[in-house]
Amino acid sequence: MEVSDKRLPAATFEDLALPLFDQLYNFACWLARDTVEAEDLVQETYAKALRGFSSFQAGTNFRAWMYRILRNSFLSSRTGLKTTVSLEEEDSEVTPTDTSTPESVLLSQADRVMVQRALEELPLRFREILLLCEVEEMSYQEIAETLAIPTGTVMSRLFRARKALRGLLEQKLQGGRRDV
Amino acid sequence: MTCNDWRSKLDAYADGELEPKDAAAVGVHLKSCASCAAQALEHVQMKRSVAVAGRRYAPSGDLRAKISKSVSAKSSPRKGWAWRLAAAPAIVVLLASLGVSWYVARESARRERVYSELADLHVSALASSSPVDVISTDRHTVKPWFQGKIPFSFNLPELQGSDFTLIGGRVTYLGQAPGAHLIYQLRKHEISVFIFQDRGAESVQTSGAMQANAFNVENWSENGLRYFVVGDVSASDVEALSKLLRDAH
Repeated sequence: MEVSDKRLPAATFEDLALPLFDQLYNFACWLARDTVEAEDLVQETYAKALRGFSSFQAGTNFRAWMYRILRNSFLSSRTGLKTTVSLEEEDSEVTPTDTSTPESVLLSQADRVMVQRALEELPLRFREILLLCEVEEMSYQEIAETLAIPTGTVMSRLFRARKALRGLLEQKLQGGRRDV
Repeated sequence: MTCNDWRSKLDAYADGELEPKDAAAVGVHLKSCASCAAQALEHVQMKRSVAVAGRRYAPSGDLRAKISKSVSAKSSPRKGWAWRLAAAPAIVVLLASLGVSWYVARESARRERVYSELADLHVSALASSSPVDVISTDRHTVKPWFQGKIPFSFNLPELQGSDFTLIGGRVTYLGQAPGAHLIYQLRKHEISVFIFQDRGAESVQTSGAMQANAFNVENWSENGLRYFVVGDVSASDVEALSKLLRDAH
C-alpha cells in the first residue's frame, strides 16, 4: 500500500498530494456515499489541484486546501447539489438527548457498524466535520480552512454534531440491545 | 467553576485544542471529580469509535495507478519546467517550513492522543471485572496464549529477583491494530505493558518517557515492535520494568 516512493527533499505537487490519496478517497466515499462517484471526485480533485498548484498560497495549509477542493467538487456535483440544501439548513435536533452516555461504545465489529450507520444518518454538515476532526485529525484551524467557516463555528458545529451522533447511538443501543 | 463550566471545555480538551494552561487545569479537576472524569472518558471513547468507524473505504489499485500516473506525468520536469525552475527555491523553502511545522505539531498531537488512548485502555482494563483474559504469573503460560490471537510474537522477561509480578494479559486494539496488553503488579500498583507492531498510522515515531494523564509512560521500538509501559508508579519504576522488557530480547 505504499503511496509514493520517497524522493529526496524536492517538494513537488506529487510529493505533497499523493500521500493524501487514501484519506481523500475515504472522505470522498463518505461524502458521495457511492464509490464510483467518489472515484470521479478524487480524480477531479487531483486534476483541479494540479492546475491550481501554482496559485497555492504560502502559509496556507496544503491538506486543508486539498480537502476544500474535494468538498467543493462534491458540492457542485449532481449528488452534492441535492445535499447542499441540508448543508445550509438550520439545525434540526436529530433526537433529544440528555448527557447520559451510550454505555461504553467499544470497538467491536458490531459497534463499528453501528457507528458507521449513525454517521451515515447524520446530516452532511455533521458527518463531514466529525470525519475531519476524528478521522483526519485536523485541528479546529484546519477544519475552519477546509470548510471555510470561522473557528467559533467549527466548535459549535462539532458540539452539535457530537450531540446528534450520541443521540443516534443511544437510539440504536436502546433499539438493538435490549438483551444486554 | 462548576462542573458544568468544566464540561463545556471537555470537547476542546479531548480534541487537544485547549491552551496547555487550561488543559492542565481541566486535568486537575478530572482527578478530583469522578463524574467529569467519566464524561471525559466518554468523549474520548466517542472520538475513538468515530475514528475507527470512519476509516472505512480503501481505494482500488486502479484508481491509485491512475491518479499517480496523472500526477507524475503532469508534474514531471518536461512540462512547465521553466515555471518550476523559477519557483523551485521559494516552494522548497515554503514546503520545508510548512512540512516541518506541520509534522512536529502532528507528531506531538498524535503522540498525545496515543498516550491518552493507552491511558484509557489501562484504566478501563483495571476497572473491568476481568482485567485480564489469561491469568497467570508464568510468562511461559502468558506468551503462548497470544499465539494466533495477534500477528506477532514477543519475549517476556524473567522477573525473579525483581519486585514486579506478572498478573496476566489480554488482546487489545490501538487504532484497529491488534496488540498485547500485559498487566504487571508492583507493590499493589498495576502497570500496563502494551506491545504493537511498529507501523501504520497509529504508530508513535519518537521513543522516550513522559507523563500522560498523571501516568508515567515509557515507549520504545525494538525488532519492529512498539512497546509502551503505562502506570501510576514512579518514572523510575516504569523505567525499571522497561529495562527488564528490553533485556528480554
